[in-house]
Amino acid sequence: MRNPLSDKVVQIQPSGIRKFFDVANDMPDAISLGVGEPDFDTPWIVREEGIYSLEKGRTFYTSNAGLQELKNEISFYLERKQGLHYDSKNEIMVTVGGSEGIDVALRALINPGDEIILPEPCYVSYLPCITLADGVPVRIDLKEENEFKLTPEELLGAITDKTKALILTFPNNPTGAVMTKEDLAPLVDIIIEKDIVVISDEIYAELTYGSDHVSIASFPGMKERTILINGFSKAYAMTGWRLGYACAPKLILDQMLKIHQFAIMCAPTTSQYAAVTALRHCDGAVAEMKEAYNHRRRFVLNAFKEMGLQCFEPRGAFYAFPCIKEFGMTSDDFAMKFLEEEKVAVVPGTAFGNCGEGFLRISYAYSIEELKEALGRMKRFVEKLRKNK
Amino acid sequence: MMREEILRLLEKNSRIDLHDVAVMLGTNEALVANEIAQMEKDNIICGYHTLINWDKTSDEKVSAIIEVRVTPQRGQGFDRFAERIYNYPEVKALYLMSGGYDFAVTIEGRTLKEVSMFVSEKLSTIEGVLSTATHFVLKKYKEHGTTLEVKPKSERKMITL
Repeated sequence: MRNPLSDKVVQIQPSGIRKFFDVANDMPDAISLGVGEPDFDTPWIVREEGIYSLEKGRTFYTSNAGLQELKNEISFYLERKQGLHYDSKNEIMVTVGGSEGIDVALRALINPGDEIILPEPCYVSYLPCITLADGVPVRIDLKEENEFKLTPEELLGAITDKTKALILTFPNNPTGAVMTKEDLAPLVDIIIEKDIVVISDEIYAELTYGSDHVSIASFPGMKERTILINGFSKAYAMTGWRLGYACAPKLILDQMLKIHQFAIMCAPTTSQYAAVTALRHCDGAVAEMKEAYNHRRRFVLNAFKEMGLQCFEPRGAFYAFPCIKEFGMTSDDFAMKFLEEEKVAVVPGTAFGNCGEGFLRISYAYSIEELKEALGRMKRFVEKLRKNK
Repeated sequence: MMREEILRLLEKNSRIDLHDVAVMLGTNEALVANEIAQMEKDNIICGYHTLINWDKTSDEKVSAIIEVRVTPQRGQGFDRFAERIYNYPEVKALYLMSGGYDFAVTIEGRTLKEVSMFVSEKLSTIEGVLSTATHFVLKKYKEHGTTLEVKPKSERKMITL
């Protein structure tokens, strides 16, 4: 048979740690600090609305861009929470999770050879999506000493004549880093001066601790050059519903909608009805989950402190990113040994970019009891490593 | 507010380790202990109880919720009635209600007969009680915000990115 495959797709490396995942997922007695999704169930009122929509026989397609009712609620929500003004008829589309929004945004922007600036460590899908869209990723290695924020110097150093867009992912998975209004301001000046577009993935916007999330789209002059990606997975514990949204100026959104229309048709109808309820009635539930995450965040940081593990204070999402360089092992080796010896699964920092070497992603989307057990084992493991050094 | 945050944690788990509470709230253990002691003194924290599924033990328990209608007497109001009702140890909960009746009384006894006897002999005979309606509890699903059936283990995968 003639080679049936696309070279471009074949050349995309399946994530190197896939093997590690398979080992972990096949170890029934292992415990984990490795998940990237909430441990809470979707609030019942939301699930109930999904069930009701099925009972009512709402099993049809919605319009490509999503239910108007939902887009209205998204518009109200962004206004209420972040002071953003998006026209629900022309500037909002409902997507299959934030993931689809990322893919569609990149495909709508990129001409072959366009450079997309990608600060790492970051979620795993941007890089392959850039490549699939014929873009050229230009990575920036974010630094722990900067609390994994993007600095103006780093941004300037990455911009060339070919730069089309910058991807911003704050609050960040895996580091838990956030960018405050003060952190963003100097970037905004550069972005506008250099005339580049921003894809801002704000899927963790609800989960910040200490100060409220500020969207880069809220800066003067930024809305017209920002594609805002958000969704229901993290804030409302709705990962399995696969529902997100993208907001952008009409000029860009119209093109994104074309791709969405032909690739997806529309986001799941049941999920869309449920999401209307989430936006209308779940501020309280979100606040409750956020309080629990914050408790766990402090708990995890304290545990690292007690085991003498260096970790900057994450102020967003539900991850901590401790440094394990003192042990002289790669992140992969550490994670594998930790899994084998203590039966705890964590994700090596390198899963999120080469600059994640020397770090681990610790998820605290677990109950305090589960955290206690897992962190107790981590302490024992770390002490053993130090003794044997 | 730290006070309310402590209460929310204690309400879910009254046996929570105070050191853990302090860590979770980013404060120190002595402060948490003081705050709790003060709330106990002020009767904000009124007790620490255990939620038991008695159906799984060898003790027999029967509960009933009784609607009670009364004629409040001049100068005495509902509180006098309440006191005469809640002082019985069989009464596990007592609420003054809006709507079609005045008090909701939760009674616990060992047998149906015991509960019935309590209603007919003790509750109905209180002066000013107009009527009672007894509803026996057939099955308890949830109490104090907690479902009594064990939740199935989460099927979340070990690792997702």
